[in-house]
Amino acid sequence: MTLAAIAFYVLAAIAVVSAFAVIAARNPVHSVLFLILTFFSAAGLFVLMGAEFLAMLLVVVYVGAVAVLFLFVVMMLDVDFVELKQGFLSYLPIGALVALALFAELGLVASAAGQAEAARPAIALNDAAAITNAEAIGRVLYTQHLLLFQLAGLVLLVAMIGAIVLTLRHRPGVKRQDVARQVGRRRSQGVELKDVRPGQGL
Amino acid sequence: MSDLITQYGPLWGFFLGVGQIFAILVMLLLTLAFILLFDRKVWAAVMLRKGPNVVGPFGLLQSFSDFLKFVLKEIVIPAGANKTVFILAPLITFVLACIAWAVVPFAEGWVIADLNVGILYIFAISSLGVYGIIMGGWASNSKYPFLGGLRSAAQMVSYEVSIGFVIITVLLLAGSMNLTTIVNAQQDGIWRWHAFAWPTIFVMLPMLVIFFISALAETNRPPFDLPEAESELVAGYQVEYSATPYLLFMIGEYLNIVLMCAMMAILFLGGWHLPWGPVPAGYEFLGFVVFYVKIWILFFMFAMVKALVPRYRYDQLMRLGWKIFLPTSLVAVALIAGWVAYGRPNLLGGAA
Repeated sequence: MTLAAIAFYVLAAIAVVSAFAVIAARNPVHSVLFLILTFFSAAGLFVLMGAEFLAMLLVVVYVGAVAVLFLFVVMMLDVDFVELKQGFLSYLPIGALVALALFAELGLVASAAGQAEAARPAIALNDAAAITNAEAIGRVLYTQHLLLFQLAGLVLLVAMIGAIVLTLRHRPGVKRQDVARQVGRRRSQGVELKDVRPGQGL
Repeated sequence: MSDLITQYGPLWGFFLGVGQIFAILVMLLLTLAFILLFDRKVWAAVMLRKGPNVVGPFGLLQSFSDFLKFVLKEIVIPAGANKTVFILAPLITFVLACIAWAVVPFAEGWVIADLNVGILYIFAISSLGVYGIIMGGWASNSKYPFLGGLRSAAQMVSYEVSIGFVIITVLLLAGSMNLTTIVNAQQDGIWRWHAFAWPTIFVMLPMLVIFFISALAETNRPPFDLPEAESELVAGYQVEYSATPYLLFMIGEYLNIVLMCAMMAILFLGGWHLPWGPVPAGYEFLGFVVFYVKIWILFFMFAMVKALVPRYRYDQLMRLGWKIFLPTSLVAVALIAGWVAYGRPNLLGGAA
C-alpha cells in the first residue's frame, strides 16, 4: 500500500466517522466541531486528488468562515436539547424517507456520471502539467462557464440583499454615532466655563 | 519533502524531511524566545523602564525561565469545563501556528513544502486559528472566557476579509500564488518590491498599511486585543488556562505574529532579497539573514504599536474593518486588476 492510499483511507475514515458523529453527538457544539473535522478531512481528500486549490477554498470558506458562524450561533443559542430530541421517533419515518430519496438520487447521479465519463473522450488539456490548478479553474470559469458563474454570483447577491432586508429594522429614537462629528468636535463645543460663586453652587 | 524522497530514497528522504522540519521548528522557537523578550524590552523602554533584566545577562534568559515555570506548574482544569475541548483548544492553536510555517520560504529553495497555492494555504491555516480561541472560550464554561471567545471570532472573521483582498492585489501583481515566485517577482531591488514599485506604489503602500493593521487585529495584538482586554474581560478566552496549556496559547499567538511579519516581508518587502538587488545564487544563507532582519524590523513595529496606541472600542474596531478597510481594499483590487490587464507594459512586447 502506498503512502497516498494510506492517507486516503485515514482521511476517508475520519470523514465518515466524524460525519456520523455530527448527528450522533449529544452536545450541539460537539456536533459543529465534528462537522468542521469532516470539512477538513474532505479538504485533505481534495489535496490527494490533486485539487489543492479547491481544498484551500473549502478550508477558507467553509471551515474558516461558515462553520465559525455555525459555532457562534450554536454557542449563543441556549436550546434545551433533551426537549428537542423528544420528537425524534415521530419524525423518524419522514427522515428515513428523505434519506432514502437522497441516497437513490446520489446513486443515480453516480452511475450516470460513470457512464458519461466512459462515453466522453479524455479532456484535451494540451499543457495539463504546465498550468496550475487555479489557472485551470480560472480558464474554464471565465470563458466556457462565464454565464453560469455570473448568474451564481447574482443569486448570492440577491440572497445577501434578502438577508439584509429581512433583518434591517429602522427603529425610531435610536441614537446613532456620527464619527465625523465626534472627531470634529472642538474643545470650545465641549467645555463650558462657569463662574461659581462661593457658597452658592450652580 | 516528496523531492527528498525521490532524491534520497524513501528512508533517508523521510529522515531528511523530518530533520528539516525539526530544524525550522527549533529555529522558530528560539527566535520566539528572544522576540518575546524584545517585545517586553521595547515596551519597557517606551515606558522608561528597564524591562526584564535579572535572568541572565540583560535578561536574555528570561523567556527560558518563564518557559520552565509554565511547564513545571500544575495544570488546573475547572470543574465545570468541557475537558476534551478545553485541552484541545491550546493544542489546536499551537499546531496551526506551527504548520503554517511549512510553506514559508526562508531563502531561495529553503522551504519545506513549495506549494503552488502557498499563500492560500497560509490564509486557510490562519483562518482556522480562530477555532483554538473560540473553543477555549467556550470550553472554560465561564463568562469572561466565553465573551472573549465570541469577540475574537467576530474580530478575526471580519479582518480576514480585508486581508484576503490585500493578498489578492499582491497575487495579481505577481501572477502566482507560490510564495517563492512572489518573492522572486520583486528581486530587482527596493523599487521592484510590491510595496514601492512604480506606479502601483499609490495603491500598494496603503495596502501594506491595511495589511499591517489587519494583521494586528487578526493576531489579537494591541490596540485590537479586545478578546483579552484586561480592563473588561480579565484575560478573555485564556482566563481559566494555566501552566502548559496557557504556554501553548502564548506560543501560538506569538508564532502567528511572527508569521504575519514574515508574510509582510514576503508579499510586500522583497522577502530575502536585498534593497539594492537579488541575493546572488549560492549565498542562500545571506538571503536567510536578510529575511530574518526584515522580520525583526517588522516585529519592532508591532511592539511599538503595542506600546504607543490605546486600545480600540469594539464598535470602532468593527467600523474600521467593515466600513473602511473592506471598501478600500476592494477598490484597490479593481485598480490593480485594471493596471495588470491594461496599464502594465507587456514584457513580451505585444499589446496587453
